[in-house]
Amino acid sequence: MPNPAADPLLPVPFRVSKVGRETADTFTLTLEGTAGDQGFLFAPGQFNMLYAFGIGESPISISGDPERPETLVHTVRAVGPVTKAICGLKKGEVLGVRGPFGAPWPVAAAAGQDVLVIAGGLGLAPLRPAVYHLLSRRRDYGNLELIYGARTPEDLLYYKELESWRGRFDFRVHVTVDAARGEWRGSVGVVPHLIAHARFDPVNTLAMVCGPGVMMRFTVQELLAHGLKTENIYLSMERNMKCGLGLCGHCQLGPFFVCKDGPVFPYDRIKDWFLTREV
Amino acid sequence: MDTPESSLTSHPFFQGLTPRHLSIIGECASRVNFQAGQFLFREQEEAAQFYLINHGQVAVEIFRPRRGPITIQTLGEGQALGWLWFDKPYHWHYDARAVQLTRATALEVKSLMHICEQDHELGYALMKRYGHMLAVQFRVITLQMADMYG
Repeated sequence: MPNPAADPLLPVPFRVSKVGRETADTFTLTLEGTAGDQGFLFAPGQFNMLYAFGIGESPISISGDPERPETLVHTVRAVGPVTKAICGLKKGEVLGVRGPFGAPWPVAAAAGQDVLVIAGGLGLAPLRPAVYHLLSRRRDYGNLELIYGARTPEDLLYYKELESWRGRFDFRVHVTVDAARGEWRGSVGVVPHLIAHARFDPVNTLAMVCGPGVMMRFTVQELLAHGLKTENIYLSMERNMKCGLGLCGHCQLGPFFVCKDGPVFPYDRIKDWFLTREV
Repeated sequence: MDTPESSLTSHPFFQGLTPRHLSIIGECASRVNFQAGQFLFREQEEAAQFYLINHGQVAVEIFRPRRGPITIQTLGEGQALGWLWFDKPYHWHYDARAVQLTRATALEVKSLMHICEQDHELGYALMKRYGHMLAVQFRVITLQMADMYG
């Protein structure tokens, strides 16, 4: 596995072993190390810098199972030159990986509490490793609730997996979309509005939230209105991360560097900056 | 006994109302069922009733010529449907269709308005709930319009 302590700026080649289409513009790539090593160890919520050779690097959250280090999984939306190149890779082709970087989701601190996993759009990708972790240690947690929203049913990530999770007796899954056509029989509405349908004890609940800024802002308001403590709300922040090491300053958020101090922050630590415009 | 009044008592929309007020409102309430796919109301129809959903799910839709309906909201157990009934011209602006078997309490809009005029204390209690419902709807629609996943 790449070892940031050795040379965190040197990409390590990984080969694409599988490409799966999630939505019209979002793909999940499964990668395998080319050096025949033991695997890629990471914590839920961490990210890698993925390098499309000759084009550039992009920070992408790891979306696979942390207990299956033999494969490295990333879900990527094709929005710019780098991510379009990454999404265009075929099985057998190679890309560079630096990482893992960043502070993870507090899955250990959540033990003994109810856990709300709240995702919007592509925000489910960095939360999926946390869900794998929570489900693999299900007895350590109270109620587990996933609240997930997307623009339309066609924009939902991990559709089959959502159906599978929804079939469990020990995990409640709430899915909503902004608008739907045709045969959709699920909820239409917005993520913050679904929090009222979740079952949790507010004083013993930890929330992990990842999604677009607007969604997170209104979700935090709703969680606070339901009695969650600010220190028990964790957000994954998105900024323009470049070096991954807190050196270049591109991802500065007030006194923090999102790549090094985050991307996962407790809300009480960043609330002044979270609500400040143009920061 | 499962009466319209008992379904009002258990519905969050009327939580906190006095038994006297619930009894008055109960006089203009009736229990209604809708099969999956059945319309509760359609755009342009008179908004004669206001619904409290007791069980099931309702899709609020806008019909688009040549493209069919698009669902802009779903409402379920414990929610209220029909937030335009108190505004002229008292017509529905959307379609509402049961997604699954839905049981609801229907309240006659004209009777409700009459009650509010007669009993301002009850009218204010009702308007507070109606105002809250509008505020929630406003927040939801604002977020949908923001296209936050774009």
